[in-house]
Amino acid sequence: MVGAACALYAARAGLDVALVDRGPVAGGTTGAGEGNLLVSDKEPGPELELALLSLRLWDELADELGPAVEYEPKGGVVVASAPEGLAALEGLAAEQRAAGVEAVDVPANRLRDLEPHLAPGLTGGVLYPQDRQVMPALAAAHLVRASRARLLTGRTVTGVLRTRQGAVRGVRTDRGDVHAPAVVNAAGTWSGEVAALAGVTLPVLPRRGFVLVTEPLPPRVRHKVYAADYVADVASDSAALQTSPVVEGTAAGPVLIGASRERVGFDRSFSLPVARALAAGATRLFPFLEQVRAMRTYLGFRPYMPDHLPAVGPDPRAPGLYHACGHEGAGIGLSTGTGHLIAQILGGGRPELDLTPFRPERFEQEAV
Amino acid sequence: MNPLELAGARPEPAFTVTFDDRELQALPGWTVAAALWAAGITSWRTTRRDGRPRGIFCGIGVCFDCLVTVNDRPNQRACLVAVRPGDVIRTQEGTGHAD
Repeated sequence: MVGAACALYAARAGLDVALVDRGPVAGGTTGAGEGNLLVSDKEPGPELELALLSLRLWDELADELGPAVEYEPKGGVVVASAPEGLAALEGLAAEQRAAGVEAVDVPANRLRDLEPHLAPGLTGGVLYPQDRQVMPALAAAHLVRASRARLLTGRTVTGVLRTRQGAVRGVRTDRGDVHAPAVVNAAGTWSGEVAALAGVTLPVLPRRGFVLVTEPLPPRVRHKVYAADYVADVASDSAALQTSPVVEGTAAGPVLIGASRERVGFDRSFSLPVARALAAGATRLFPFLEQVRAMRTYLGFRPYMPDHLPAVGPDPRAPGLYHACGHEGAGIGLSTGTGHLIAQILGGGRPELDLTPFRPERFEQEAV
Repeated sequence: MNPLELAGARPEPAFTVTFDDRELQALPGWTVAAALWAAGITSWRTTRRDGRPRGIFCGIGVCFDCLVTVNDRPNQRACLVAVRPGDVIRTQEGTGHAD
């Protein structure tokens, strides 16, 4: 997704773009996502600024591509089941409001106006009207098409071409070289490997997540609905399994149930404990789901960075190499802003946001 | 030739199920899809958006095209669910859920 957005904005800035992908479009983490465009789960700071920029750009793209990518400005509802959780949630919402996020406190007795099928007994919640959803595989495909970039799928990057002085001059693939004065590394969870081909380190790690998919249903879940502890899970550094319920309907009918996080490498095996925990969490929020059949699960690997911020910008260790990766579970949402910023710096301009927090070499300096 | 004879099969006695109130005979061990096919029925669902007919596509539980309502429970995969005596099988329209 991030690669597709970089291609689109770079092409619209007048650059000649080739997209190289080892697999098909959306064959990696994009195809395993839920398509969340969220501000609700982000604390004030650089990631939230990138999210707000990205949302603005998604709204613009929706004018062109909205129905094709199942763009739904549905809003998010975060709910708390205990007073302490609600206090923390409302505290976060107040900070987010100060940072430009729309966030509306919802008392317990109004929650069912928003979501008629929510469980009774919740303490309250916050409505985030800006949260949105797309169908990520469609979004990536349509952005690629709209970019008119040369699309080279099924081609594995095996090397990064560099001049004797060290400047990046393109990539070597298993089916020939692609020459370019600038290379953008948007390989998602595999970006660390591409960086290594250029001789630089980038600590991207896989953080596995499962999604449960129900049978198709009539519209019953209107917003993206999740429990307040999800925000803490997202920000956690733990490698152990964490699950917090995230429930959303889709345009096609199935309800998607997340979210799990665990660091187990690239292990693709099914995990019954995770599926159980997801189902239990979802039925706590929406009791009617007990009677609904889960058809399947899918899993993916979020590109996790040690400080939960992506790497966006030029790499001074390899002139001509740019990174656009490490967005963890927020890559669909943050892709447009990332692509826009990358296009601005590729074109020699000043990026609209300060890229200092996203510097790809920041971990090297910390290690010293 | 009847495949049962070909295989030398001696199945247990047939039993009755209904499909949209029509009585069908089925043999133990058949799937719902087998019972429907044996009765010449190839479509038992309509799609959610355009109401187009659907039946068996992959036949191995992967594609979810053959969904059907069995004993009031919608979205059963006809190709996987074993048919049992007295099953009430119904054409599934849309999601199969009310409202």
